[in-house]
This record gives sequence, structure tokens and C-alpha cells, in this order.
Amino acid sequence: MRSPAGKETQKDRMGFWERIYLPEIAKGMATTFKQMFEPAVTREYPEERFAPTGSYRGRPVLVLEEDGERCVACGLCSRVCPALAIQVQAGETLERDKERYPEKFEINMLRCIFCGFCEEVCPEEAIVMSKDYEMVFQNREEAILGKEKLLTPVAQLQDRLEYLRTHQYYEPK
Amino acid sequence: MPQMIIDNKTIEFKSGQTIIQAALENGFDVPHFCWHPGLSVAGNCRMCLCDVGMPRMNPDKTPALDEQGKQIYNFLPKLQIACATPAADGMFVRLNDKKVESAQESVMEFLLINHPLDCPICDEAGQCKLQEYGYKHSKGESRFIETKNHKDKRRPLGPNVLFDGERCISCSRCIRYANEEAQQPVLTFVNRGDHNTIETFPGQEFDSPYSMNVIEICPVGALTSQDFRFKARVWDMSFNETICTGCARGCNINAGVRDNEILRLEPRVNMEVNQYWMCDHGRLNQYKFVNTNRVQQAMIRENGTLLDADWSVAYTRSAEILKHYQAHEIMFFGSARATNEDNFALVELARHIGSPNIDFVRYHDEAFGDAKLRHSDRTPNAKGAETLGVKPGNGGVSADSFVHAVQAGKIKAVVIIEDDIAGLSSAHAQALASLECVIVQASNMTATAQAAHVLLASATYAELEGTYTNFQERVQHVEPAVVSKENASRMGLKMSRLDKFGAENDRWTNGEKRDCRMHWRNLTGIANALGAGWSYKKSADVFSALADKYEVFSGMDYALLDERRGILFGKAHEEYVPVFEYSSHDLKPQS
Repeated sequence: MRSPAGKETQKDRMGFWERIYLPEIAKGMATTFKQMFEPAVTREYPEERFAPTGSYRGRPVLVLEEDGERCVACGLCSRVCPALAIQVQAGETLERDKERYPEKFEINMLRCIFCGFCEEVCPEEAIVMSKDYEMVFQNREEAILGKEKLLTPVAQLQDRLEYLRTHQYYEPK
Repeated sequence: MPQMIIDNKTIEFKSGQTIIQAALENGFDVPHFCWHPGLSVAGNCRMCLCDVGMPRMNPDKTPALDEQGKQIYNFLPKLQIACATPAADGMFVRLNDKKVESAQESVMEFLLINHPLDCPICDEAGQCKLQEYGYKHSKGESRFIETKNHKDKRRPLGPNVLFDGERCISCSRCIRYANEEAQQPVLTFVNRGDHNTIETFPGQEFDSPYSMNVIEICPVGALTSQDFRFKARVWDMSFNETICTGCARGCNINAGVRDNEILRLEPRVNMEVNQYWMCDHGRLNQYKFVNTNRVQQAMIRENGTLLDADWSVAYTRSAEILKHYQAHEIMFFGSARATNEDNFALVELARHIGSPNIDFVRYHDEAFGDAKLRHSDRTPNAKGAETLGVKPGNGGVSADSFVHAVQAGKIKAVVIIEDDIAGLSSAHAQALASLECVIVQASNMTATAQAAHVLLASATYAELEGTYTNFQERVQHVEPAVVSKENASRMGLKMSRLDKFGAENDRWTNGEKRDCRMHWRNLTGIANALGAGWSYKKSADVFSALADKYEVFSGMDYALLDERRGILFGKAHEEYVPVFEYSSHDLKPQS
């Protein structure tokens, strides 16, 4: 049945049972009731923590080897970073074999979007995405992480390094 | 004019030119490493190979034509190097052709055999010729699986230049530069084949006052600057055009700026002034005073100490103090380090007040000058100051008689722009200290600035817009390279990438944006507080007033000065023929 103006009204579109709502409510309640006996998918964080695999892109960190950092301060991560989160200042040293090192390396975690471009572009595999997803800062200054917070022993990053070796973003022909 | 055909386009060239000169002047791109227009031709990189043909002639000396009636060309059996082959009338040259391309690819593969893959830590990366041609003229793959040769990575050639033997592609540009331009033939090739490297002769070092130009002309990163090494990647800097103020030559330069700090200076081509070069002294010293020890803002001395003040308060205070004195008791110091606009404004102010006591100090150093670029006049604008009439009027006190005039009580107040008068001698310092009124416009915290009663922070050459007149009487326009509060609104696109997009809480945009102003603006403030009613709003206003008033400047404006890369006095109305300006390698793409 059509209303005189030729327009469909809500009354026209719905059948009688739909219009009285009760069967639909019963259906919804049944679904809810069924879920009570299904296994829970939520986690009780922080008691129960999520342990990511190597593919997880968490907080970017610098790899620290036994003889010092891998980073040579080339600044490519800073160049490629779409959010301009990374600042690098290179310095020169004669003590090590690598003459160039980062005098300053800062990542602004308020800017970082965890895209992983820095890791992808790094020619030294010196910056990698860690599994750390717990980032709490009390002010903006604290969110700018310097070298002392970024340097992570290579032993803790084995999963990610292994993942990168087996899953290249770009495979040359 | 003789004609030749390059890639099916007919061009004209001057007789005596080589193919590469004719091609570059007509807008063709000829890849090359060792050729440089300022140096002799070596022809050893083999990158500019091209296919050269001459028209075939019939035995009766008529042109040989094919069935379609087109000229037939006899091509030389082997490719020729464009840098050493003279262009000839009727010549046919192929620059882009399968044969040429494959030859260039082979040259690139050959050069890259022993070239290390350390672009990420190389200062040249981003403006490297080898890197650029690696994209344009190379397959991007190497068949070389053996170990690369290892050579010295950091051997000082002189006090300012560091040599990396592995990166060197043996183009010999630096050797030819040292022999021909620097006139210090101390560099040479040693050893043969892939062990070939560059050394200084035993017991000698490359310490010419022009040694650092080899850093620019080196097509790769083999020669790096001791001073700049690793300070920044090229793409993190903006290269802003400016002019060196170290001497009366006024070399055209680019200032590499990051975080509002000048990190390096490098020459910019101007065939009439400095060609392709600049001196090491300018390169090493002309940026430091812009970055450090600056006067931060307007200050007024209260009870013996300089306190921060508002600009308008400082202007009215200056005017109030000046009103206490009779015109002939006030001395005005112009400056050969200030622009034409600044000196013009000072002359106008002195004229408004009616003081004949106006002069500027000359800084001559015969030991500094030489026959190449360095000039014994150590100021950029002495010619301009002279021309604009910064000299004592009838019975006026000159710069030389200033100390006597102060001691005799003739001078009681002084207005100084830019120059460090107190630094000239202890007598000058004492004279300034004995005065009741010292109004100083200074960019750096010099002894003069510290002796000021009213101190107005002024812009350095890197922050101002104006013109300098060099010793050739060439007026050159300079635009700001560094952001100050005064020029911030126009600097947006000229800032480096990080500065452009930074927010206030980013640590990398914390470079100081100083509250300094151009001298003429300060002088306008003071003049208007004295009721002069000047209406200058921007440098161009001052310059057009100046050009109207002085015959030698007539017809000049900033756009014309930019277009012609500086104009000689009185030549603005003459016809101008643009000259070809070669640039070896710049940051690409330019942004």
C-alpha cells in the first residue's frame, strides 16, 4: 500500500511482526545468552599481557651490539619518516672502525606512527621495530626518546631481526 | 655563426667551442665527470662519449644525398668524447642513442667497480654526480663479484681538505684545479690501474687560500671539508642565495641552512664576479658570526645596565636623547659593512637633523688581497657608502678626527651602524665611553654594543634584504637566508624541510629566530620619532628612493638586479646579453 504522495513511509516498509519489535528483541537476547557460554576473547590487561610475534611493529629502537651501536647516523630514517619523528645528528669518531656515529638520535613518540619505514630504509639494520607497545609519558618532553632509551641489546631483538631476514618488504628481481 | 645538429636539432655555436660547450649552452644534458669549464680539458673519465658524424660529400664537392634527398653523414668509427672534440660546421652529433647509452653504461660500471657503497655516510650523497648518473646512465647492477680495492679513507691533503681514496674516480679535477686555479701544483696521481690514487708531493700540503673549492668540483665525495664533515645531510639543508661580505669582491654564495643556523657556505656561479670559486677565508669565517654572539633585541641602558626594551620605546628614547644635542654635536658612523639602503637612510637622517658629521671607517688589509678573488678592502660596500655620500660635510668631523673631536668636546652624541668603533683602538673605546649618548645598531655583541646607551639589534647579511656595491661598482642584490622575526613572513619556502614542517614542541625547530631588524628600518623608526615622516615599509622602497636620487643607480630595481646577477653603476639602461652559467652538481631536485 502506498501513501497518497507516492512516498514510502516506515509503516509501508515494515511488516506487522517487525513493527511490534518483540520477536527481534527475543532474537537479540538469545544471541547474548549464547555468548555467555563461549570462551572469552578479552584479556585482563595488565595481569595478562599480549606477547607479540616478530611481525609486530612496536616502538622503534636502535640495535646495540657488543662493540657499540650499529647506527652510522646516515639520516635516511629521518629523511623517510613521514611524520618527521626522527632527528639525527652525526658525529665523527676515530676510536672505532666506523668513523661516523650518532651524536644525537631522538625519536619523538608523539609523532611516530609506527609505519616501520625507518626500519625498512636502514642500510645497517640498526633501527628496528621492537615488541614494546607500552608507552606512557607524563609530558611532551618525556615522549622524545634519546639514545639512552632507544639503544637495546641485540639479544632482545632476535625475533624481529629473524623476521626481517625472512620477510623482506621488497625483494629485488 | 657555424651550425651543427645535435640529436636532430640544429643549433648555433661559437667557433672554437667543443661539442660539450655547444651542447650545454643549448640546453642539452651531456653526462660528464672530469670536464669543468674553469679548468683545462683532460678527457679521462670517458663519460661524455657521443657519436659524431660529418656530412658526406660527392667527388664533385656537392653534398651526398639519399633517395629522400636527405644529407648522408659519415660517422666516425668510434665514439668521441664531447669535451675534447671541437664542434665543426655541419657536424651531426648523437647524444642519446643506443650505442652512446651502452658506452655510458659501461663507463659507469667500470667506475663503480671499486667505488665503495658508502653513500649513506658520504657527505656528497644527494648532490653527487656519480650517484645521479648511477640512476640515469647505469643498469644499477654490477657483475663484479670480487673484493673491492681498499685505499686510505681519510688522508688530509691540507688543513681544510680530507681525501678518501676509495671514493675517488680519478677524474683529476682537483689536480688541474690546484695547478691552474689555485696555482699550487702539489697534487698528483700515484700508482697505476685500480691502485691509482691522489697524493700530495712529499713534505708538501695543499693549503692554498682557495683550496676548498676542490670540495665542490669533486664530482664524488672523495674530497670533504674538515670544517663541515658530517654536520648535516644535504637534503636537510636549504641552500639560500646570498653574498659573501668578507671583502669588497662580494662573491656570490649559497648558505646551507638547517635549524635556522648556517652550516656551510659554498660558491655560486657568477661569471662577472667570482666565476665558480670563493676563498677559504670567506667559506670558513663568514657564517660563524651569524650563528653566535648576537644582540637579541632592542635594549636601553638604565642605571648602567642594558635592559630589554620595546622597539617603539627604543626609537622614541633615541629620538629624545638626540633632541638634547645640537646638530653639529652629533656624529654619524655609516658602515662599509652595511647595505646601500642602510647607508642611504643614515645619510638622510643626518641630513634631516642637519649634521655635517658623517663618515665611515675603512678596513684595508693589504696582506689579505691577492690577484685572484681576495680584495684588500675587507668590507663589502665601501664603494656604495662612498657613492651615497657617507662623508663629512662642510667642516664636519671625519672618522679619523672623531677621537680628537670627542676629546675637544665637539662631539657629544654618536649614532653607529654595524661597525665596531670601540674595537678600533683603546682611544676609540675611551672616546665612546666618555660620551653621554651612544646609539648603536649592531648585530653582534661587540665592545661598541656593550658601550651603547640605546642598542638596536640589527640583521646580518644573512637576514636582510638589500644591495651591496663591490669594488667593481657592481650592485648586487641579497635576500635573507636565515629567518628572523622581521623577515619570517617571507621565508616560508626558503626554509629547510624540517624547519618548514616543524611544530613548536619539536626540538629540531628550536633554532633561534632573532628579533633583529635592518638598519634602515631602525633609522626610519628614529627619524619618524623625530618627525621626519618617512614612509619606507620594505627594502625595495628605500632602494627605489635611492635609485631616484643617485644617477648611477637609476633604472635599477631588485628584479633587474636578480635577472642580470648584479649591475654595474650607470649600466642599468644598457642592453644585457645573458651568459651561460655552468653548475657542476647541485642538490637535486632543487627544493
